[in-house]
Order: sequence, then structure tokens, then C-alpha cells
Amino acid sequence: MLKLNQSVTPTQITHGQRLWLYALVALILAFLIIPCLIVIPMSFSASQYLEFPPREWSLRWYRAYLGSSEWMAATWMTFKVALVATILSTVFGTLAAYALAQAKGGLAKLVEGLLMLPMLVPIILVAVGVFFVYSRTGLNNSITGLILAHTVLAMPFVLIAVGNGLQGFDMNQEMAARSLGASRPWAFLTVTLPQLKLSICSGALFAFIASFDEVVVALFIVGGDSSTLPRKMFANIRDQIDPTVAAVSTLMIGLSIVLLVAMQYIKKQEGAQQG
Amino acid sequence: MQGNIAIRDVYKTYGSFKAIDHVSLDVKAGEFLTLLGPSGSGKTTLLNVLAGFIRPESGSIKVDGQEFLSLPPHKRDIGMVFQSYALFPHMSVAENVAYPLRLRKVAPAERTRRVLAALENVQMGHLAERGIHQLSGGQRQRVALARAMVFEPKIMLMDEPLSALDKNLREHMQLELKRLHQRVGMTTLYVTHDQKEALTLSHRIAVMNKGKLAQLDTPDALYERPVDRFVAGFIGESSFLNVDENSDSVCFQQRVLKLPVGTAAKAPGKRLLLVRPERLQWQPGGDGLAMNRIDAVARDVVYQGDSFHVGLLLPDGSELVARHHKGFRDVPVPTPGSAVQLWLHADDTLLVADSA
Amino acid sequence: MKELSVPDELTGMTRAGRDEMARQLARDELKERWSLMSLTLPGFMLVLFVLALPLAWLCWLSMFDASGALTLANYERLLKPVYLSSFLVTFQLAFCVTVACVLLGYPLAYLLSQLPERASQILMAFVLLPFWTSVLVRTYAWLVLLQRQGIINNGLLSMGVIDQPLSLVNNFFGTAVGMVHVMLPFLVLPLYDKMKNIDPLLLSAAANCGASPAQAFRQVFLRLSLPGLTSGITLVFVLCLGFYLTPALLGGGKVSMWSMKISDTISLFGNWGAASALGVTLLVVTFGLLFGLRKLFGLNGGGKR
Repeated sequence: MLKLNQSVTPTQITHGQRLWLYALVALILAFLIIPCLIVIPMSFSASQYLEFPPREWSLRWYRAYLGSSEWMAATWMTFKVALVATILSTVFGTLAAYALAQAKGGLAKLVEGLLMLPMLVPIILVAVGVFFVYSRTGLNNSITGLILAHTVLAMPFVLIAVGNGLQGFDMNQEMAARSLGASRPWAFLTVTLPQLKLSICSGALFAFIASFDEVVVALFIVGGDSSTLPRKMFANIRDQIDPTVAAVSTLMIGLSIVLLVAMQYIKKQEGAQQG
Repeated sequence: MQGNIAIRDVYKTYGSFKAIDHVSLDVKAGEFLTLLGPSGSGKTTLLNVLAGFIRPESGSIKVDGQEFLSLPPHKRDIGMVFQSYALFPHMSVAENVAYPLRLRKVAPAERTRRVLAALENVQMGHLAERGIHQLSGGQRQRVALARAMVFEPKIMLMDEPLSALDKNLREHMQLELKRLHQRVGMTTLYVTHDQKEALTLSHRIAVMNKGKLAQLDTPDALYERPVDRFVAGFIGESSFLNVDENSDSVCFQQRVLKLPVGTAAKAPGKRLLLVRPERLQWQPGGDGLAMNRIDAVARDVVYQGDSFHVGLLLPDGSELVARHHKGFRDVPVPTPGSAVQLWLHADDTLLVADSA
Repeated sequence: MKELSVPDELTGMTRAGRDEMARQLARDELKERWSLMSLTLPGFMLVLFVLALPLAWLCWLSMFDASGALTLANYERLLKPVYLSSFLVTFQLAFCVTVACVLLGYPLAYLLSQLPERASQILMAFVLLPFWTSVLVRTYAWLVLLQRQGIINNGLLSMGVIDQPLSLVNNFFGTAVGMVHVMLPFLVLPLYDKMKNIDPLLLSAAANCGASPAQAFRQVFLRLSLPGLTSGITLVFVLCLGFYLTPALLGGGKVSMWSMKISDTISLFGNWGAASALGVTLLVVTFGLLFGLRKLFGLNGGGKR
């Protein structure tokens, strides 16, 4: 299997000489992955306190989560907001990415800079700014306000993903379609868009998780009667209420895994398409 | 369907760079006209102006009397073939060719018939259901052709469609294109930088240089009577020699040159003697009175299989290229360093303007 | 001087006709350009309303005091010890976290980029899963791990390594650990990308020229990976400056980050003047660092060979 004196690098270093590197990296990878997974077994613990490993296994915290109208309302709200924000940011972001890929000049650069701003500005400032504007326009206690804020936060991801997809796309195809009789919008819809499907999907995935996980803005703006799931979790963690948070965390990890696998699938399809 | 194109005074700049510098030309209905020139000469830009993807600053293009420049690309009824083929990879061959027919709301049965006919026209009928990525370069080019022709446009525009193919395939496709055009006969505007390709395919060639139209003529007129140094140098092999122009005659190596009938005695600006290698003769021959003599020294003699390439140097420093065919039994192949006499018939003694 | 209405022999157009045509072409060109840019309008308007205008408003606010007079008092107040110490802590934390990320992230990215495809894909999952997992969930996990009755303390106690539980969280250390965990993928992923593009033939060539493996690594690989490393460092540092969540949960109130100061000043004191001054300062420092570091490293890592 692994031959210790087999040389593996261009400079003829062997596995044996690099063992220290392998050990170090193993530790680092453990450091990265353990926190992600540690909560999972703990969420099945029967006791009131978090313990690892759990002395008794139980589903009580999952039942607490699913049975609580507050938690369910928060979950439902978070999904709603994330879904709408994803749709809006994907549509607006895709259109913007398309326009920016073709436009040249100062105005285009200005627009691009502005659309990417949410990514550069520290999230606390986004939250404060949003809170400020909303409190003056009455959006502070509305789900619309939260959706708009999340859309703005998610758009840069879509811009980057679709922008990358457009870079690899041969614009001549659109020109060919137009020469064959298609108007510019029709050529975009029938030729360009179908080929951007994968980029758009990956942008949408990023947008969804960005909105779903978002805490800080949600702390400042209340979306109607209930808060978002991350906001409720934040309050629970800070106030050390009960291990229901562990159950919710496990479910969220599950969501992350699903999205990660979806992303890898998209990447593989993209690779095949370019081949 | 006619397809007369009247291009008038088209002007397009990018900043201070003049891509098209007041170009006017006429394309007759059914003609195969090539825009020939080096990169940066404006030929592709002009084609794109015709297609509608680039808008000029000023000028007019009328097709059968209708102003083109106020129409968007999709209303111009043109068929365009790109260098990169620009086929739609998410559609099959047949779907690609059917695309323009769908746009024109052609009924499905009629559509299928015409798609198949167009594919048969380019010998691709048997590959109608294939995906684009399964095709070779030559096959893709043919699908692109079929797609551009299936809706019978008034005008065909081709932007170096064969330059991505290897030499043998390219020459084969050139002949196919020529036959296709003879069969279908639509006005075609073709862009290339390959002069052999232009000579093979075209009724007329428009040679472009630095955004201007240098000469518009039939292939043989361009070859035999180039208007200036650029055109002469671009088409065919040539050497340019200095001449002395006096008030009444043109002299070369202190001898008065015998020129073709109709050569202008005087011309504005400097003129050069254009010599095509194949017109140089190694003996004065019978018609000695009509021959011009050139004295030179052979420098390189290179064996090329069917002939020798002979590079010569003149006393005034100019260079000359000649060819010696092995059939010239009476005149041996010169050795490097030896003095040589070459002869040029008066009719082959061309003066061209020295362009910048 | 030709009359404007007489057609030109060459072009068949009158001078007036030609000018009219040119004007029409210019109009069409402009119309096309604007209709293309209008596609960015919905996104643009949203960002303007939600982010750009509020930030501008905040800048404006920071220059007025409670009575409405133009003043620099809000900024002067930032020189008070309570705020200065907050700046200090924020920079200290950002610095420590960045250094830790480099020390941990560089070897990781290196090995990942050198392994064969299958192995590196599998190991990459260990980096991607944290990246896709909510920061909240990860921070919670660290809380659980580092608590006094947390897993690490319990483990160490039961193994007899320590008698008393260590204070691993609700302090600078715990916050730093949590933040390193969040920031590490941000350093590793772009660095990995850059490293993958380094041609192994260059290292072979160095070896052929007589360089020892360590020398080859230092002079060839390290140098070439520098642009990726510097952009990663910039990103991580800037992210740390404005970070809110992890310090809020793991700091126990003892790690007073800039972002938390901003949040508290508004939610607890309702002092918009102070908060906006803090915010503007954070914004200026963030952008200054982004552009400054980019220029600095861009000059170094760009053309050198």
C-alpha cells in the first residue's frame, strides 16, 4: 500500500521523510471536522446537560424542537425568507452578471463595485445600516425587510458564480442566434441561459445558505411575529437554555451536507460539460 | 431575392484608431466577394458592421435599396458563419439547423423537410441526430453552413470560416464552398487573410489595408494589375526594384524601361518596378526588342524539388527572387556569387505606386 | 463650399442626410447601451436602498451630535480608553487569528495540492464541510467543547492531566480558537487553488540545477505561492476585524470587539452618533486595508519571477 521509501515529490522526497507533515495535517483536519460533528451525538443525549458521550440515548430534544410552535415558526420563517431571497437574488444577480459581462466603461465598473459591496462591508455595519433605514421606513418589523436585506447579501455570490460561468461561455453563440433571426432577449433565453444552468444553480445554492445561516442582520430586524431560526438559536446559546439547540444544529449540519453534496454534483457536471 | 449591397462611406473608430476609414464598395447580387487583408485591416469589423453587431459612426449600407444600419441584426435576413462555428452545444445537429426555421414559425413537417435538405446539401444528412461534441471540425463547419443557409437568407457573411481547419481539409472545403455557391448563388461576403483562399473562391476581391479599401477587382486583375505596393505584395510573390523617373521616360539600371501599352508616363508619388518571379526569363528569347534586362548577382540557390529558388542581389542593394526550372537546359543553374542576366518582357514590366 | 442639399457624387447622400444618419446611429448606440445596463437596475436599486444610502447616512450622522450641530465630538470620543482598548483587542485578535491560520493553513493547502486527485478530493471534504456549516453551529460546538464542564476539560480531568478545569472559553483564547476555525477555510481554499497551478516541473528543474529539496521549496514553491497566501491573509484579517458572532458567543463579554461595541452602542444606549462614528472608522480601516494590502502585495507578488 504505502511504501515509506517511495519518493513522491518532484524533488525526490519520500513518504517516510514527510511523516511529520502527514501527522500535522491529520491534526489540522481533525481540528476542522470535530467541531462540525461533535454536536451530532450530543443531540441524542437524554440528559438535561450536554454530555459526551451521552449516557442515555434519546430523541427528546428532537421532539422538543419539532413539538415547539416557536421553533417551528422560526424554522418555517427562515425557509420562507431564504427561498424568496434566493429567487430574487438569483434572478437579479444573473441579469446583472449578464449585463456586466458585456458592458464596458466606467459606469459598469461602478455598478459592479456597488453590487459587490455587501461582501466587503463588515456584516455588523450592514446590519446597523439596514436597521437604520428600516426604522425610518417602517420595514423594521416586516418579513419583506428581512427578505430584501438577505437578497442584497446573497447577490454577490450569484454575481461571482454566474460571472464565472459567463467567462467560459462563447458569446459568438448568442451573436449567431441573433444573426439567425432571434432578438437579443430571445437569444439570451434560448441559447445563453440553458448553458448557464449550472452556474446559476451553484449561485443559488450559495445564496440559499447565505440567507439561511444569516444571524447578525436577523438580530437587528425582526421579521414579523417570530424571529429567524439562527436568531432563536443565538438567543438560546447565549442564555444557555437547553440542548434543543444541539438537535437543531444537527439538523442544520444535515442541511449543509446536502447542499455540499449538491455543489459537488454541480461541479462534476460542469467538468463534464466542458470536456 | 436579390442581394445588392451598396456600402457608402462607412466610418468606424475605436478611440483614435480608425478601424474603417471611409470605405465604400458595391456588391452585386449573387456575387462571391472576399474581403482580404492582414489582421487589423478592418475586414472583420466591416463584416460585423454588415451583420449589425458593430455600429459605425457614420455611413450608409443599403441592401436592395433598404437602409441596413437602422435594422437590428435579427431583422437583416443574413446568414452568418463564424470562425469558431458557434454551434449550440445543448442542441443536436438537426435542432441547430432548425433553430432559424422555428424562429420564423415554419410548420413542423415543412421544417423537418428543409432541415434535412439543408444537411444533405452539405453531406451531413446522416448525422442529423448527433450531438455537436461528437462532430469533427470539418463536420461542425458544415453544420454551421447548413444552419446559415436553411432559411435562404439574402446575404451570406463568412468570417474566416476555414481557418481553424488543417490544410488538406481547408482546401477540400474551399472547393466545396465554391461548388455550393455555384449551386445556390446567394450574395456572399467572405473574410480571410489567406490570399490563396481568396483567389480560389472569389468573383471579386476587396483588398483592405489599415481600414481603407486598397483595391477592388477580379482575382486576375489584382494579380496582373495591382494598384500599389501593398496589394502587389499581398497577392502572390513579388520583388520591388527602384527605378529612376525622368521627365519623359522611366529608367532602370541606366537603361530606358520598355513598359506595357497604357502605362501612365507620369504618376504622383514614387513608383517601383514590380517583378513576379515566374515572369523572369533566363534568356532574351526571340522577341528581344520587347525585353528589359536586369543585371544581378546570385546570392542563394535553394533546391525546392521542382525548381530552384534563386535569391539575387542588385548593384543598388535591392533584392530579387527568381525561379529556375530544371527544364531550362540551355541556361545552367547559377552558382552563388556569379553574375546573372535576367529578362523581363515589356508586358510583364509593371510599375506600382510605393504605398506607405 | 458645397451646398448641404446637393448629393455627393460618390456616396449619393447629401451632407445633411449623412449627418442625420450619423446622429441616428449615435442615438441607437446609446439606447442599446442603456437597455443593457438597465438589467442591473433591480439589483442596483436594492443595494442602493439597503446598503449604500444607509452607510452614507451613517457617515453623515457621525458628524452631528445630539443637538444637531456639526461636530467631531463623536470621533474625539473614540480616543477614550474604553474605545481604544477595544480597537487594540480587535487588532490583536485579528492578528493572532491570521497568524494561526497561516501556520495551520499553509501546510494543509500544500499537502492537499500535492496529493493525487482522489485523495485530495476526499480530504477536501474535511475543509468544505466546515465551510458550508453555519458559523452559529460551529461556534456553539466550540462552546460545548471548551466549557468548564465541556468535553475537553472533562477528558483532561478524567485522564488526570489537570486537577482543575481550564478556562478555555469566555476569554481571548476561546474566541481566537473559534475564529481560527471559521477563518481557516477562507485561507486554505484560495491558497489551494493557487498551489494547484504551480507546475511541478519547476521543482524538478530546481532539483536538476542542484537545489536541495528544502531550497527548491523555499525558492520556487514558496515564492510562487506567495500571491495566494497574501490575498488569503488580507481576506482573513479584514474578516476578523468586522466579525461579530463568534466573539459575542465565545468571548463571555470580556473580549470587547469593535463590532460588539457598535452593536451595544445602538441596542443598549441608542447612541447613533457614537455608533456611526465607530462604524465609519471600521469601514475606513477595512477598505483602507483591503486596497492598501492589495497594492502592497500586488506589487510584490505580481511581476517578480
